[in-house]
Amino acid sequence: MGKHIRTVNKSVLGRRKEAACGECQTSCQSACKTSCTVGNQVCLKEKKE
Amino acid sequence: MHCFEVHNTRLVLDAHSISLHEVDGPAWEILTGRFGGRPETVQALRERYPAAEIEGALGEIEALRDQGLLFAPDPHPNYQPPPPEAKALCLYVSHHCNLACRYCFARAGHPGAVRKLMPPGVARRAVDLLIRGSGARRRVEIDFFGGEPLLNLPVVRDTIRYARHRGAEAGKHFGFTVTTNGLSLTPEVRRFLLDNEVNVVLSLDGRPEAHDRWRRTPGGGGSHREVLPNIRDYVSEWKSGPGSRGYYYIRGTFTRQNLDFAADFRYLAEQGFRNISLEPVLAPEEEEYALSERDLPRVRAEYERLAAVYLEALRADPAARFFHFDLDLDAGSCLPKRLSGCGAGHAYLAVDADGGLFPCHQFVGQRGFLLGDVFSGVVRADLVDDFRQAHVYNKKECSGCWAKFLCSGGCHAQAFLENGSIHHPSRLGCAAMRHRLECALYVQARKSQDAGA
Repeated sequence: MGKHIRTVNKSVLGRRKEAACGECQTSCQSACKTSCTVGNQVCLKEKKE
Repeated sequence: MHCFEVHNTRLVLDAHSISLHEVDGPAWEILTGRFGGRPETVQALRERYPAAEIEGALGEIEALRDQGLLFAPDPHPNYQPPPPEAKALCLYVSHHCNLACRYCFARAGHPGAVRKLMPPGVARRAVDLLIRGSGARRRVEIDFFGGEPLLNLPVVRDTIRYARHRGAEAGKHFGFTVTTNGLSLTPEVRRFLLDNEVNVVLSLDGRPEAHDRWRRTPGGGGSHREVLPNIRDYVSEWKSGPGSRGYYYIRGTFTRQNLDFAADFRYLAEQGFRNISLEPVLAPEEEEYALSERDLPRVRAEYERLAAVYLEALRADPAARFFHFDLDLDAGSCLPKRLSGCGAGHAYLAVDADGGLFPCHQFVGQRGFLLGDVFSGVVRADLVDDFRQAHVYNKKECSGCWAKFLCSGGCHAQAFLENGSIHHPSRLGCAAMRHRLECALYVQARKSQDAGA
């Protein structure tokens, strides 16, 4: 944590275990049905471990 | 890298690592300025900031760059999508509806609209197709949609039973979702949905006047008064019931006529609902309710208002959720998922009552997008490949966009509606999506600060 810059997240995309297991929910099956947003999808693989 | 401000908070998103930083004045000036080397930067800013402050900010920026948290390279410039493999099916179990919502893209419940119900045999063949086409995936999904799917409850029941049975044999776990207008949520139906752990998306637009403007009964009256008690009862049982159950979401649509939709979020939260999603209407531009470019300033301002209202709701109840602000920067989707997006046309397909296969629920009924049927499978491999290839690296508008790993290139149906092509995203959709994401990132920054991180 710097004096000038506060980094909000702790994990970096691409450095996390990139499982690509295909088990997480389809984005349009959830609550939107019109606008594809994948940033808020839950990763099931990470939850299981 | 994307620098933006929401509610006077200066934020910087590194687009390729999805690292979010809140910055102060000197760091902001350096990151948004076009300076050359270190001496030039200090020289340019020294009238506004002491040299030590500028040097300090420069040092932090360089350290973050070295850690891969700023100026990170594109992780997948030579991306190739995976082969087609089924993951989810959306079943139009009922093309008929007991409401006649004026903005319904399926025109269900309107005079002259198709009133077909899906026979059980078609739904069972859809289950077989999903099992057969899903390869090594264990978790697969079926969404009951329409029209109003609960008008064909016997087929919903039969499909769930059949899928569980066939899934157990094939080593597949089925997840189920029902999207309902709430009119048919009797005590018996509520029990069935809860006992079977079905996810339920409940259509409710918010305040009575916002809801009733479009969500009408076939006689033309408003439906808010009838559906609200049913939805309340469902959510109340969901909250108090024992054991595991699916999730629920209250899902509203906003149109040009309620661009003050933060008030609808507030109204829904006040009813005791915790999981809320509000979506912009998807409509041809000539419709009176369609959003247009001239609405964008109000939409942008309203998402900012909603961010403030949402944070207020979160402080009162940490379990409150607004779907699109619920980004998980630390444990969200992996990069391959972000690149494959919604999977329409190759991993996610919709099935009409006759068994016809379409790329997603929005394309149902458009003969040019008929991919095959549940009896013979997909016969239009060319169309499937077209959808597979419609990813962010192949769309010129997306490849350089900071939001590409958060939105995955947007909705194909919206792109087709606006441009007649799935390979060019909707300008309107992109503009609204980008600002909604900025607000979502702002919410994450405030939440992490509130948590003392």
